[in-house]
Amino acid sequence: MKPTQRNREPAGRFRVVALVAVLGLSLAACSGSGPQTALNPEGPIADSINDLWQLVFIMATVVFIIVQGGLFYAMGRFRERKDDESEPVQLHGNTKLEIAWTIIPVVILASIGYPIVRGIFDVRTIPEGPDVLQVQVTGHQWWWEFEYVDLVGDDGRTLVTANELYIPERTDVNLTMTSADVIHSFWVPVLAGKRDVVPNRVTNLTLHANNATPPDQPHPGQCAEYCGLAHADMRFKVHVRTQADFDNWVEGQLAPAAEPTEGAAADGYAAFTTCIACHNATVAGSDGVEDVGPVRTLEVDGVTFTSSLAPDLTHFGSRMTFGAGTFENDREHLARWLANPVDLKPMRPELNDIEAGRILGMPNFNLSDEDIDNLITLLEGWK
Amino acid sequence: MVIDTSKDLVPARPTGIWSWITTVDHKRIGMMYGITALVAFFVAGLQALLIRLQLTNANGTVLSADAYNQLFTMHGLTMLLIVVMPVGAAFMNYFIPLHIGARDVAFPRANAFSFWLFLFSTVILLSSFVLGGAPDGGWFGYAPLSTQLEEYVRMDYYAVGAQLLGVASIMASANFIATVFTMRAPGMSLMRIPVFTWMAVVVSFLLIFSLPIFGVGLFQMFFDRNFGTQFFGGGGDPLLWQHLFWLFGHPEVYVLILPAMGIVSEIIPVFSRKPLFGYPFVVFSGIAIGFMGFGVWAHHMYTAGLGPVAEAGFGVATMMIAVPTGVKIFNWIGTMWGGKIRFELPMLFSIGFVSLFVIGGLSGVTHSVVPSDYQQHDSYYVVAHFHYVLFGGGVFGFVAGAYYWFPKWTGRFLDKRQGLWHFWLMLIGFNLTFAPMHILGLNGMPRRTYRYGEGLGFEFWNQVATVGSFIIGLSFLIFAWNLIRSRKHGELAGDDPWDGRTLEWSISSPPPVHNFDEIPVVEHVDDYWHRKYATDEEGRAVRMPDVSGGTVAADTDTGGDDSHEEDMHMPSPSYYPIVAAAGIGTMGYGFVYLPVGWIVVGIGALITMWGVFGWSLEPVTRGGEHE
Repeated sequence: MKPTQRNREPAGRFRVVALVAVLGLSLAACSGSGPQTALNPEGPIADSINDLWQLVFIMATVVFIIVQGGLFYAMGRFRERKDDESEPVQLHGNTKLEIAWTIIPVVILASIGYPIVRGIFDVRTIPEGPDVLQVQVTGHQWWWEFEYVDLVGDDGRTLVTANELYIPERTDVNLTMTSADVIHSFWVPVLAGKRDVVPNRVTNLTLHANNATPPDQPHPGQCAEYCGLAHADMRFKVHVRTQADFDNWVEGQLAPAAEPTEGAAADGYAAFTTCIACHNATVAGSDGVEDVGPVRTLEVDGVTFTSSLAPDLTHFGSRMTFGAGTFENDREHLARWLANPVDLKPMRPELNDIEAGRILGMPNFNLSDEDIDNLITLLEGWK
Repeated sequence: MVIDTSKDLVPARPTGIWSWITTVDHKRIGMMYGITALVAFFVAGLQALLIRLQLTNANGTVLSADAYNQLFTMHGLTMLLIVVMPVGAAFMNYFIPLHIGARDVAFPRANAFSFWLFLFSTVILLSSFVLGGAPDGGWFGYAPLSTQLEEYVRMDYYAVGAQLLGVASIMASANFIATVFTMRAPGMSLMRIPVFTWMAVVVSFLLIFSLPIFGVGLFQMFFDRNFGTQFFGGGGDPLLWQHLFWLFGHPEVYVLILPAMGIVSEIIPVFSRKPLFGYPFVVFSGIAIGFMGFGVWAHHMYTAGLGPVAEAGFGVATMMIAVPTGVKIFNWIGTMWGGKIRFELPMLFSIGFVSLFVIGGLSGVTHSVVPSDYQQHDSYYVVAHFHYVLFGGGVFGFVAGAYYWFPKWTGRFLDKRQGLWHFWLMLIGFNLTFAPMHILGLNGMPRRTYRYGEGLGFEFWNQVATVGSFIIGLSFLIFAWNLIRSRKHGELAGDDPWDGRTLEWSISSPPPVHNFDEIPVVEHVDDYWHRKYATDEEGRAVRMPDVSGGTVAADTDTGGDDSHEEDMHMPSPSYYPIVAAAGIGTMGYGFVYLPVGWIVVGIGALITMWGVFGWSLEPVTRGGEHE
């Protein structure tokens, strides 16, 4: 038999590694940080999920310590020693032990079975009643469209917006969702788990936020199902408002944008004709209130969704971000976007087919610097 | 037919490239699987390093979104289908016949065909990078994204390449099953075959049952893309693809991990100098994992909207699959308990496997907590989980197998100093890379995103992960150098360097073409150990006096090399397997570029027919001679 070559206490080094691993995992449990974390819930749904996670994490940590402990103990205790020439007992097994370590895990797992099943039904319950805010969500490559179906303006139009969802605090919000193209997934970790947004299907997700967010710190969320080129930039924001602030916001959003009559904004409005091939805006002009761009719908399972070709721009100036929650809504970013959209965000506008309703991004319209400037003035004015 | 020339009696091992192209020797085919997979491992590893570079900082600019999406798709596809699966096939090819006391697999030419088809499928998939773009729809190819852009051939490469890999795997699996069930040496009952070979059988059944489902899905995807059907897109059902894919995709996970578990089940007893604790329980838990693996596919779809009842059912099923997995881990520790543990390199990697797999297994249990999975699904937490299972588990297990069996392949050891560097760098690099991903996922970082914004707190742990990934890369450069250098210059190992337990250690290193001079008669599990050791009254092993040290020559009790060889019938080499496989590969390229490609499909079909007819009509010869 070949003698062992080096045998200098590897068990000690293993203990260090084990310690590091345990510490690392504990760190994972405690380091709830960042605004998109699932570990600092801002509402009861994310809270109940987090409680379940904490419970299972603690149990897993205990099992981890026991099993790794056994492994490392065996390594230290039963390592080959130079002075020991004896051979080990050739033990082939022990049926009682086998039964024990089959049954015990079953019991442990069964004990968390009940909270899990209850948790599923809790989280998946669709809230009902007049107090529930109903929002319909349509996923698009690569942006989000929100329609508040119960919030109707004087002109009969519902509230439609994009990429920034406003909800009142301490209110159940029922999202009814579908997709206009491929599968997306709606995920705002501090409020709820994710839910896929599937073409030809309707899915639901409940949101409930405890407290209003500061105006400049909405909860970030983003698409969680890979949906092609700009999946990473299909983000959104959830603004939580007090009921009064929310009502104010609704009032503002339901009003049409004003048609500018003079100055840079008016010049911008002339250039805006390029945009309305895809983008809609509800504008109050001399002829009354009208939708200047295309308005499209999508019917899935008896539910009618707004399904625009591109984000509604009526209140663009009121949004914090653009490009699906990705860029600051300021002159600098807008100028770059209008000069060449794919320079900021990867898209495939060369494959657009407006007739077929397939839009894969905004093309470069080769706008002049002046047009760009005027358009920005127009859009920033539409609060 | 009696052919009586002495040349036939000792099948020589010819050399040269032609001998490799026409080989039907399971050991050479195993080697070729292994080498192909190793090359692919470095390709996919390079892709991973590019991905890590891109994600080091917020708003990374190393890669474009388009390049990133191709790279993460191909990293997954390559690592799963062209690295880990074929490495498993490499070990199975080499060791199933040696483990069961056979001279080759049941269908040696079909075995060669499986390899060549695998190789051509690999070429098809990897060549896509330079022929119009690599697949960019994720390795999971979710419809209707995968059927959306017919302008690009990328997902056609996916549909065709994966389909052909599947055909190759199904054939190889049928071969392994036939081999184990019909070609075992006398006395080698099913409950005496080594655990690795048992796991190979389970894996083969998993593949035979799951790959056809995937194949159907791929056909439908191909039809949607090329012939205007609407299985998934248009008015079709996108979830249909998910069900078909994961009905394959989940058993596939066990296809990847069970061979590694088998390898570790071989290594731990040898280096503990004890038999495997609870052999039947380890075998049956492997079979149980195989069965249960078909009942948990929808845990990949918790967020898709299957309804609470289905989610609860699949959640409980997923939890229960932890039980047989736990049984294996306890039995490995039980094997070490009371043993005499030698920390040689194969054992270090095996212990690394057990330790890391426990972490991956436990994070897997957290996925069965369905509401919790609503948060973790498609986040970096999942990326961390499956790398702990497939890298911490699978790759550690296979590397352990490489250190363990390298002496059998070459007659030489891999260098121990370099091996220790490899082990510690890989262990540290691995944990630095993938442990932080748990934290990133829980803090809301989704998978498959080519960039992330500032202010989300993702930078620090991503930087740690990038550093770790390059340490892993370094460790594998050392490994590659060790493999290349030790093949010719390593320390001589002899035939039985580890005091092994199974039949492969009873023959010379490297083994002769015909494996066994005399087919062994088997009386025990670990039969070779029992030829070397008896037990005393306390049950302790006692070396039998009639067998000398570590170099137990190939049981030379036959007293000569020619007394039993008259009934030795070795399959003859043939080039028809590679012809048939090349024909199918040609057809594959044609299908990618329809409708122009129909011409290429036709040419490929003719080549395939030539291969198949030639194969069928090939006269049976002996000793490597051709008519």
